[in-house]
Amino acid sequence: MQEFASEFTQALSLILEGDSELWAIVLLSMRVSVFAVLISALIGMPLGAALAVARFPGRRALIILVNALMGFPPVVAGLLVYLMLSRSGPLGILELLYTPTAMIIAQVVLVTPIMAALTRQVVEMLAEEYSEQLRSLGVSRLASVPVLLWDARLALVTALLAGFGRAIAEVGAVIIVGGNINHVTRVMTTTIALETSKGNLALALALGVILVGLAVAVNAMVSVLTLRAEREGVRHA
Amino acid sequence: MIPDFLRASLVALGLTASAGWAEEPFIIVQSTTSTQNSGLLDYILPGFEAETGIDVRVVAVGTGQAIRNAVNGDGDVLLVHSKPAEEQFVADGWGVQRFDVMYNDFVLVGPKSDPAGIAGSDDIIAALAAVAEAKLPFVSRGDDSGTHKAEMRHWGAAGIDPTAASGTWYREAGAGMGAALNVASGMGAYVLTDRATWLSFGNRGDQEILVEGDPRLFNQYGVTLVNPEKHSGVRAAAGQRFIDWLIGPDGQAAIESYMLDGQQLFFPNAN
Repeated sequence: MQEFASEFTQALSLILEGDSELWAIVLLSMRVSVFAVLISALIGMPLGAALAVARFPGRRALIILVNALMGFPPVVAGLLVYLMLSRSGPLGILELLYTPTAMIIAQVVLVTPIMAALTRQVVEMLAEEYSEQLRSLGVSRLASVPVLLWDARLALVTALLAGFGRAIAEVGAVIIVGGNINHVTRVMTTTIALETSKGNLALALALGVILVGLAVAVNAMVSVLTLRAEREGVRHA
Repeated sequence: MIPDFLRASLVALGLTASAGWAEEPFIIVQSTTSTQNSGLLDYILPGFEAETGIDVRVVAVGTGQAIRNAVNGDGDVLLVHSKPAEEQFVADGWGVQRFDVMYNDFVLVGPKSDPAGIAGSDDIIAALAAVAEAKLPFVSRGDDSGTHKAEMRHWGAAGIDPTAASGTWYREAGAGMGAALNVASGMGAYVLTDRATWLSFGNRGDQEILVEGDPRLFNQYGVTLVNPEKHSGVRAAAGQRFIDWLIGPDGQAAIESYMLDGQQLFFPNAN
């Protein structure tokens, strides 16, 4: 165990000494996941808000489905996207398999339900609170969606972070559709998987520490920004 | 506030349309974990890339999955190690022609205490029979990889169906070579591995090579161009150029010169 601890410290210091290859991997992880979260937000948040205010038969069932999809198995998402993007698949002509774009698509599949489900919850509460006001102004349910989303924006930051957490930590889907190709589609999680399979456990763990650090940094940054926005909101009110 | 933050992050992350991800000539090689985990490809590919400007993108999975991916057209070149399966791949029309590239050998690894008493043996069949007889833990890849196929051939030769004992002493990891070695190391089990992956493996614990040198443990690697008549997207010219290089003097010399801890891991043997 002591030997492992010293190996781990060694690996960590090696990494932190500014290995340029590692930082390229970190940057790619960030690019893929940030992009995936933004696209998922664009799709999932309006959907979630619509689901919160619209009334139609089967709405309950749809809500249950969206909530359940938050637990969609990444490997299955990866497999579905692989089958779509394979040269034998319907979208093979686009030549997207084994590219960062394919990884983004797979993560969008995983993150969109999180965005939709969390948005639905937040907006539904807000809609109840505002229902009389909106009705007296004669705003239809669906037309109130943009207003509700804007008013819920600070609460929705949490949804963004939850989605980012799922995306940045995910390995099962991106390794299938990305192929873990060095300098092209190798991200933090697939590097950790690769080093583990090489038996370089200390190095893998050190990379894991970097990944967690990254997640903490992103969360802290967003938290500070949110706090500042909240204060501004109070001042303006 | 938020839009400014977003714009700043987008710029910082280089998410603008033109940034990064630029196209350069490349091929996708469907290969096995052993060629990647051993460090061989990282060592030899820069030579080819510098000479031709063709970027080689390696997807390292088990031989079975590599072949299936190639059948789907998701690769230009197949570099794996299960000759019968590769020949079937060509016979079915998915590949153009198969060439020998290099070989190494399989070894049987197990705990130093060696409860089966097979250390120093050069008879893989008898060794496996001894493990089965004593019902000692044995970790199988269980993933239809080249190594798994070789292991099953040896069980067959010993007249034993280990899968009947699956879940008891016979443990099917369903994982790559390195992951299976981690499992074996964790439970002090016997495991069949290619020598290259073993030599480059960092988590050996109390495991060591117990059986080696049986001619039946020969492990041949072959390379095949995916048939462009089956999948029009196959980068046939660049792929063929890579194959010509790999089985030509430059590629063969590069393979020969790859050493890890003073040991040669792969032995070139293209015709």
